[in-house]
Amino acid sequence: MPEVVFRTEGVTKVYQTGEVKVYALSGVDLELYTGEMTVLLGPSGSGKSTLLNILGGLDHATSGRVWFRDTELTDMPDRRLTMYRRDHVGFVFQFYNLVPSLTARENVQLVTDVSPNPMPAEEALALVDLADRMDHFPSEMSGGEQQRVAIARAIAKRPEILLCDEPTGALDSSTGIQVLEVLQNINERFGTTTVIITHNADIRRMAHRVIQFQDGKISSVSTNDERLAPAEIVW
Amino acid sequence: MEALDKKLLRDFGRLWKQALAIALVLACGVAILLGSLGTYKSLIDTRETYYERNRFADVFSPVKRAPDRLAAELAAIDGVWAVETRTSGYAVLDVPGSNVSVTGQILSLPLDGMPRLNVPLVASGRLPDPESTDEVMVNANFAIANDFALGDVFFANLNGQKRPLTITGTAQSPEFIYTIGPGALMPDNATFGILWMSQRAVDAAFDMTGAFNDVSLKLTADAQETSVIDAVDRLLDPYGSLGAIGRDLQVSDAFIESEITQQRVMASILPPIFFGISAFLVSMVMGRIIALERSQIGLLKAVGYSDLEICLHYLMLAGLIAVVGIAFGWAGGTWLARYMAVEYTKYFDFPFLIFSTSPWVYAASGMAALLTTMLGATQSAIRAARLAPAIAMQPPAPPQFKRSLVDHMMSVMRLSQPTVMILRSLIRWPLRSGLTLLGIALAVSTIVSPSFFQPSLDKIIDSAFYESNRQDGMLVLSHDMPRHVTEAAADLPAILQTEGQQFHPVILRNGIREKRTSIQADPPGADLSRVMDHSGNPVAVPPGGVVLTDRLAAHLGVGIGDTVDAKFLGGRQETYALIVTDIIAQYFGIGAYMDLDFVNGLLRQSPRISTINVSLDDTEVLDLHARLKDIPNLTSIIMMTDTRRSFSETIEQNIVIVNSIYITIALLITIGITYNGARIQLSERSRELASLRILGFTRAEVSYILIGETMLLAVLAQPLGWWIGTLIATSMFNGFSSDLYNLPLVVEPAVFAKSSFIVLLAAFASVMLVRRRLDKQDLVAVMKVRE
Repeated sequence: MPEVVFRTEGVTKVYQTGEVKVYALSGVDLELYTGEMTVLLGPSGSGKSTLLNILGGLDHATSGRVWFRDTELTDMPDRRLTMYRRDHVGFVFQFYNLVPSLTARENVQLVTDVSPNPMPAEEALALVDLADRMDHFPSEMSGGEQQRVAIARAIAKRPEILLCDEPTGALDSSTGIQVLEVLQNINERFGTTTVIITHNADIRRMAHRVIQFQDGKISSVSTNDERLAPAEIVW
Repeated sequence: MEALDKKLLRDFGRLWKQALAIALVLACGVAILLGSLGTYKSLIDTRETYYERNRFADVFSPVKRAPDRLAAELAAIDGVWAVETRTSGYAVLDVPGSNVSVTGQILSLPLDGMPRLNVPLVASGRLPDPESTDEVMVNANFAIANDFALGDVFFANLNGQKRPLTITGTAQSPEFIYTIGPGALMPDNATFGILWMSQRAVDAAFDMTGAFNDVSLKLTADAQETSVIDAVDRLLDPYGSLGAIGRDLQVSDAFIESEITQQRVMASILPPIFFGISAFLVSMVMGRIIALERSQIGLLKAVGYSDLEICLHYLMLAGLIAVVGIAFGWAGGTWLARYMAVEYTKYFDFPFLIFSTSPWVYAASGMAALLTTMLGATQSAIRAARLAPAIAMQPPAPPQFKRSLVDHMMSVMRLSQPTVMILRSLIRWPLRSGLTLLGIALAVSTIVSPSFFQPSLDKIIDSAFYESNRQDGMLVLSHDMPRHVTEAAADLPAILQTEGQQFHPVILRNGIREKRTSIQADPPGADLSRVMDHSGNPVAVPPGGVVLTDRLAAHLGVGIGDTVDAKFLGGRQETYALIVTDIIAQYFGIGAYMDLDFVNGLLRQSPRISTINVSLDDTEVLDLHARLKDIPNLTSIIMMTDTRRSFSETIEQNIVIVNSIYITIALLITIGITYNGARIQLSERSRELASLRILGFTRAEVSYILIGETMLLAVLAQPLGWWIGTLIATSMFNGFSSDLYNLPLVVEPAVFAKSSFIVLLAAFASVMLVRRRLDKQDLVAVMKVRE
């Protein structure tokens, strides 16, 4: 039985906008395992990003409980959440979120400077196949390259978890596949627990497990007996 | 209301803090412009009206003693409209209840009552009876300061006789708007008064029956003042003329003129600085708004708004900021002008004050503010108008950064990435960084420049009272007396040391350049009144030589070793050539110094003095005052300690007010710049900073990036601020300096330290205010939004 990395119990998230209460998550129970690549699927507003943010320590649940291994994240104060993110979590976003005034290498160094056990920035960039573009600024790179820098930045700290919110959302299919290959490569090489949010149903076929969301709840969980390589995915 | 107008108002509502920060800086400019121009106009109008109504003369000439018949000849001079002759003299007064010596300037009133020129404005009571010899009308402020009521009696030492005088009225006069006693630095109404008495009484007291010693002339509109002055001098020279002067040298008018000049200097130096800073802030904020509203601009264009409409939309936003600034500025300026007008009544004795800041002053300050604001917004507004809709609707490309030499330096220095981010951002937008730096530097300079007044005035006081004039008091004699009277003076109570001194009115000439001044002649080795050189050492004036103050030397265009012609007035009117042996710095007046024995020899007279300098035993000073009231042949006593104290106190008070105003202004500038700068940075970098927070950076680490850039610029701005402040101070001091006084610029490091401390603190507080927003930032929301 693989070790549990994340466990949630009845996690509910309510957004209050004026008089209206919006249930982004309503009672999610979930376990994620070490080294697993999980894809969260579902329409907009189904609650997958909210869950990712709660797991990543960016947001608190309204009710319910969340554990990272033996540590309970549920009511962790902001300062400790910052440390949690710094030490354990890597994020990849749809819009890369690189610092435009820093080169690729420096963007990665942003993280390696504050992490306890990072890999050299150069190594992280080599892993995403950007060894020859290290001294370029974001404005000098394509979207796929920028996203690969973002991944290098996320993995440089050797995180236990990689949380990716629509990592290919802003990319065309060929660059999207490159990015997915990098993610799979990281997952296999380092055993990094990887959670990918996507709209793209085909991407599910590269995951170990697929969790389907609907109206703030998990509607189904399925396991892929046979996983596709990113290159085999048709967009 | 159209949708676009609603957007305008809502944008303005959303930006109100930033808009207010800019509007307040703009308001400072408007307020100072309005206040200074308003006061300037008010002083000029009031003075003109007062002079006009009370027929203030154009030319004045004191003379030793001229026969009455000369009046007709003076009136016949081409260009003279009216002539007024009178007798004028000084006397020591004995005011019951006052234990200090009081000096009065006594003026004769013509037999038929009111003089034709320099007409006193009777404030209460009546003129003295022309036949009476014991009635007196005094200037109103003198009466107020001494608690006099009509009918009260005080005593005057008139030509050796102590006589009771009854007050019949009080008055104000255009001649004494600035009522300053002989040797005083500030008006002191308690110890110096103007006394109008019947001609009969004054002529008898000063032995002037059938003669006059003071003449005023009013000229016709087309008269040439210089030719009239020459004609008057020619007529009066044989009678010991002290030289005719125009209004520019009339003491009271010269002080008002100097104040008017100061207001003009203020109006021309400071407001442009504020307007410039406002324009920069507007341009910075508008640039950011347009970057943020890029897709909205694209949409507006897509639905059919024209370039002009979009341009005007953003210009109107800047216009709203200007309107708020102008409103505050007008309110502040009106208050400032009224405050200054009230302040003036403390020093200037106007019977009324014309304070109607004319609409043009409001219009001009408003237009200036509006124009500069628009100027700041124009570039951004045009950029908005020029955005192609298709491009505008797409997210902007990331800002371009290029590797440069600086990057190599940074990598060699192994700076942390946040520090690299700060430095790259500064280099990436050099104009913005430069202008921010300049703006903060101007805030520093706003505190620096007026702060120099304190050390400079200390220097003046030190130089005038502790180095040059070390006497505790000056006994001014009614006429030149033999030198041995100092021995008699030494017997008076409290007097420890005495030293004679002579003052001689002269006209100094070098070719066509000339200056009317007074020569101070001291005995060799004088200890109480010394002539000091630039480095603070006593200068001995050799016989045959003259020492000039630097301002006077510059005016005459002479240097050490050159010769000046000195015409000694009030006697034989002879002219002698003197060699300039030294040039010294002096801060009050434009003096010239000679050796006393040489002057007496030159004028072929027995050793004489006109003033006795004394050092005093403080414990017996009251006894001395009591005795002086009874001593004949004494016109006044000048207590240097009192002079120094009243000067210091008045200055001290004004400096505190002025410095507080300037510190407030500097705070507004600093807050305006740093708050807006940090807000814009936060807006530009919100995603970046949120990313860092998500990556595990603490709040403090992220704040460092936000605060670092602004604070780095603030620190770098300090030396520039010191330099600009010194420059402004130099220019202000030059503007303020006149023949009356001369302000030396004393640069004190403490001034820089204080200014920097205040500005850096304000900058830090402003960015910390913005940092609070960073703490409240919703990380998830920021990451979701694509700019």
